[in-house]
Parts: sequence; structure tokens; C-alpha cells
Amino acid sequence: MPFLSLKFNLQKRVKLAQGLWMLYWLAVIVGIILFSLGIFFKVELRKRSEIMDNNESHLVPNLLILVGLLSCGLNAFGGKLCHDSLDPQKFSRMKPMLRPYMLLCCGFNALLLLLLLLCFLMQFAVYLTLAEGLKNAIRFYKDTDTPGRCFMKRTLDMTQIEFRCCGNNNFRDWFEVQWISSRYLDMSNDVVKDRVLSNVEGKYLMDSVPFSCCNPGSPRPCIQHHLTNNSAHYDYDHRTEELNIWSRGCRQAVFSYYSGIMNSIGTFILNSYFEVAGDVAGLKYLSTALETMADPENPECESEGWLLEKGFKETLADLLSKVKTFGRANQVEEGGASPDVAAT
Amino acid sequence: MALLVVKFDLKKRVKLAQTVWFMYWFAVLAGILVLSLGLFFKIELRKRSELMDNNESHFLPNVLIAMGLIACGINAFGGKVCYDSLDPTKFAKWKPMLKTFLVFCMGFNALLVVTALLCFVMRIPFQFTLAEGLKNGMKFYKDTDTPGRCYMKRTLDLMQIEFRCCGNDNYRDWFEIQWVSNRYLDFSAKEVKDRIGSNVDGQYLMDGVPFSCCNPSSPRPCIQYQMTNNSAHYSYDHYTEELNVWRRGCRDALLSYYGGIMNTIGALVLLVTMLEVAVTVGLQYVDTSLSTLANPEDMESESEGFLLEKTVKETFTDIMAKMKAMGKGAKVEEGGEEGVATVS
Repeated sequence: MPFLSLKFNLQKRVKLAQGLWMLYWLAVIVGIILFSLGIFFKVELRKRSEIMDNNESHLVPNLLILVGLLSCGLNAFGGKLCHDSLDPQKFSRMKPMLRPYMLLCCGFNALLLLLLLLCFLMQFAVYLTLAEGLKNAIRFYKDTDTPGRCFMKRTLDMTQIEFRCCGNNNFRDWFEVQWISSRYLDMSNDVVKDRVLSNVEGKYLMDSVPFSCCNPGSPRPCIQHHLTNNSAHYDYDHRTEELNIWSRGCRQAVFSYYSGIMNSIGTFILNSYFEVAGDVAGLKYLSTALETMADPENPECESEGWLLEKGFKETLADLLSKVKTFGRANQVEEGGASPDVAAT
Repeated sequence: MALLVVKFDLKKRVKLAQTVWFMYWFAVLAGILVLSLGLFFKIELRKRSELMDNNESHFLPNVLIAMGLIACGINAFGGKVCYDSLDPTKFAKWKPMLKTFLVFCMGFNALLVVTALLCFVMRIPFQFTLAEGLKNGMKFYKDTDTPGRCYMKRTLDLMQIEFRCCGNDNYRDWFEIQWVSNRYLDFSAKEVKDRIGSNVDGQYLMDGVPFSCCNPSSPRPCIQYQMTNNSAHYSYDHYTEELNVWRRGCRDALLSYYGGIMNTIGALVLLVTMLEVAVTVGLQYVDTSLSTLANPEDMESESEGFLLEKTVKETFTDIMAKMKAMGKGAKVEEGGEEGVATVS
């Protein structure tokens, strides 16, 4: 008993073929969008690879680009199939390719599901890479004369301005590193010498932040130095002051940006998964409807289309038995080979 | 003797009508482009109207929007006329209006040229609005508690960061105004009292700039205070220091940004004008080729299409004669009435 069978006459078949052709061309556009989303995501990762230690994984964007190209190709071919299906001659030429093509589409759908899962799981990897990268970026902020790191200051400043954040977790991360290069410190000055000697590692630490932490929305000019010293500034209490510098940490800010991108891409992949699945089902109906025509010479005769030839359980049992026979055939071959060896 | 005569048979007429129809739809898209350029420019002006004293002239974007809408309407109508031109019954409907429509199109094309010229010329008054607005913007930077001006600081800071500029002409503009609000000045401190006493207006002036002037590309942390005092900072010479703060003035930066937008829009409007002239010429040929059919009943007969019925000089003298006749007609009417008045 076929699974989900439907009756078709000529008009219904033609309508199905036309509708399916349009859906396939829509799916080609979806494939192009997937491709461009992959490129966009790759570019975004590259733009900020410096604050991720040049260590970020490009797996998701590369897969997206591949899936986008595959989708374009597969769906264009599917559209051609639908276009030719109404002409019996062309269709008989295409018939042998139908089964492998539909299996390929099912495999492609499985790939889409895998990609969807990756989009949601790889966010953890991005978070960890970001945490490590930002920590190092803050450490190397002052090394504007070291080759390979001379643009770290500019990158970190622009990141803090663009994402409206300060430091890794919050602004106090800047208190723990020396972010002023020793080239600009007057080592003969007593104040400087005191500070450098006051900690074990000999670093010039202070309770200040770079200018890029400043919040333009603050009503007063930015206070970046002596942040914890209330008496250094008129009418200032660092415990209640909220608008002076950005209070969010950059790890949180940048991660929520990338997480937003990845979630949107995941939602789009889910939509395209349902679309491709619908296309495959439609193509199955169309091909079975054209194969089961009662009178092959008369195009106007009735026919039946279905999703699966036998019921769902029977198809599954068939598949399992096929897999078993495949395994047993291998064993029989091996058994056949060894008596030969034993005989000689 | 007609100007630029071309012979037409049925095939050529059909081809001409199809080409001109296609061009008209292209021209509709061009009209939409002009409309969206006008909207974009209007939004850009609105975004920064605070820096222009809310005084900027919206004349140019409004004209662009109007021209875009009219262009869409005219071109859609022209496309419809071309589509109908191949069917004699439908074309007979439009025939009486065509001459006026073509004259209207020519007037519209002249207006488009004027609009393009405006785009290039409006830069000059814009420069003055910008200079005045920025000067006031800097004056009101500190008034974050005055209603109506409390966001001036944030707007100015964000603008200096985005356009990479400082002050009106350069960073020294900030030395001439008080940009720290009195709320944050300790009037009991000697230093503050000295500074205020040192100038006629009683303003707290200093050789410092806001944080938004800082250049992130500078290898050393930003020096915003005591900028002209070399001894206040280690290894610092304000005459040779180039990367510390942005050197460009905001008036220049904004002017080149908006000037670029206006030049681009002007160039695009000129291109659209050329397209409009082409479709007007095409429609004139379609109209004349259908009017001069050798045998009006036979669609396959030959015909002639031309640009002007007589030569340029003769057409010009015709128009002048018509205008004089209209003028004399008005005079005769007045003379007749007076004659009647004196008699009665």
C-alpha cells in the first residue's frame, strides 16, 4: 500500500510540475543567499581575528559557502528536471538520473541539519577564543613598536569604541596590566619609580583606562585617570558614577554580536531545510505520477503519485534487510576465498 | 524638409516600439533611483541637523523626491503608450494627447538638468550653514543640563569619532571656548580661580581637547590635556607630534562627505536626464511613424518617422509667430472692448 498516495490527471500533473519548477528557482535564490551569508560571516571573523588571537575557527563560514554552492547546483538541476518532465521524450532520458538525484538531495538535507547544529554549537568555541584573545590583546596594547603587534592598540581602541565596551569583563581589567609603553615613561621620575617598584613584576600599574573606554553620553568630560580616587576630581563618586565610561565588558559585547549573527544564520538554514525537503517530496510525487500512467501513449490519462512505494514500516524493514544482505554477501565472499586458500 | 527622417516598415516599427517600451521601464527604475537618492539625502541631513543649527535647507532633497515621483509617472505612462502603439484602436485613444505629452516631457528634461546643476551649486550655501552650526555646537558642548542642548555633547563627540576630525578648523578651536561645565569646576581651588580671572569673559579656558579628538592610531596613550606644554609629558613635542589627535577640522570633513554625496547625486541625475531624452526622442519617432502611414488601413505599409516636422530654424520661427499671434490676439480683445465701451 503506497504511503500518502494522490490521484493525478493531466492538469494536476502540469500544475505540480510548474509549481515545483518555481519552488526550485526560489531554492536557487536561497542557495545564493546562503553563499553570501557564508562570505559575510567569514569577512566579519577576519575583520576581528586580531582580538581572537588569529585562532578562530572558519569551519562554519566555509561549510556555508560550500552548502550555498551545492544548493545552487542541485536546485538548478532539479528545476531543469521539472521543466523537462512534461515532455515524455526528455523525461525518459532523465528518468535513470532521478533516483540517485533524490538520494543526493536527502544527503544534502542531512548536511543542512549538521550545519544547523554546528551554528549553535560553535558559539561556545567563539566565546572561548574571544576570552583568550581579548586577554592577550589587553596585554599587548602597549607594544606599538613590536612587529606583528603594532596595530593591536588601534584595533582594541576601535573595538571598544564600536562595541561600546571596556576591558575583558569590565573596566577594572585595565588596572591589572601596564598599558602605557615604557618608552613614554620617565624612569628618572620618583612617582614612576615608586609605582614600578610597588608590585612584584615591576609593571607600571595605575587606576586608569584608555580614552576608548569613554562614554560620549556622559554629561561631564571623561574621567579616565585616578578612577578610584574620589578626591582627585570635583564632585565625583566612583561608586555611583554610571555614565562616565562604558560599564560592559568587551567579551560580552563582541560575543553577543557574533552570537546574533550565528543564530540568524541558523534560523535561515532551518527555513531552507524545510524548503529543500518540500522540493524533494514534490519531485517524488511528480516522478511517480509520470511513471504510473495507465496508458503511456495517452498523456491525458489518470495516474497515481506517492511518497513511498510501500508503507513506512515496510520500507524501513526493506532497507534493514538490504543492509544485512550486503554485510552477509561480504562474509560469504571471505568464506569462499579462505576454503580456496586452504585447498591449495 | 523634416529633420532626421528615418524610413519604417512594419517590422522596424514593431522593433522600435518594443525597444522604446523596454527603455521606458528602465526609466521608471531610474525615477525610483532618483526618489530614493532624494530620501537618502534628506535622512542624512536630518541625522546631523543638530550640528547645522536645525537650519539646513531641505530644498534639494525635496526637489529630488518630487522629480523622482514625476519621472515614475511620466515614464509609466509613456511605456503604456508604447505598448498600445502596435494596436491601432488603442493607439487612437492616446494620439490626441501625444503632442502635449511630448512637450511636457521636454520641459521635464530641462527641469532635470536644472536639478543636476543645483546639486553641484548648493554646496556653497551649505558650507556657510555648516560653519555656523559647528561653531555653535562647540559653544554649547558643555550645556548638558540645558533643555534642548543636552545631547549636543554626545552628538559632537560621536561626530568627531566618526569623521575623524577635531574642532571647526583644527583642534585649537577647543582652546578658545570653555567646554567643561561649571558644575564640574571647583571654584574654591586656586588654579580654577586663576584661569577664570586670566581672561576678560571669565571663562575656564585650557589647552586641552575632549577625548573624542583622540586618534586611536597613535602609538602612545592619548594626550588631551596640557597639549602645548612640552614639559608636562615625557618625550613630547607638540610641534612635531602628528598622530596624537585628529588634525583635520570637522567643517572640512563634513563638507567633503556631503559634497561627495551631492556630486554623486548630480552625476546620476545627469545620466537619468540622458536616458529621459533618449526615450522622448524614441516616443517622437514612434508617434510620427504611426501618423505618416502611406495607407492608414494597411498596417504593413511603409511610413516615415522624423524628429521635427520642419528644420530647426523653421520650427523656431513658427513658435515665435505663434507667441506673437497669441500676444496680438490678447491686444485685439482689449482694443475691441474699449471700442465697445466708448461707443456705449
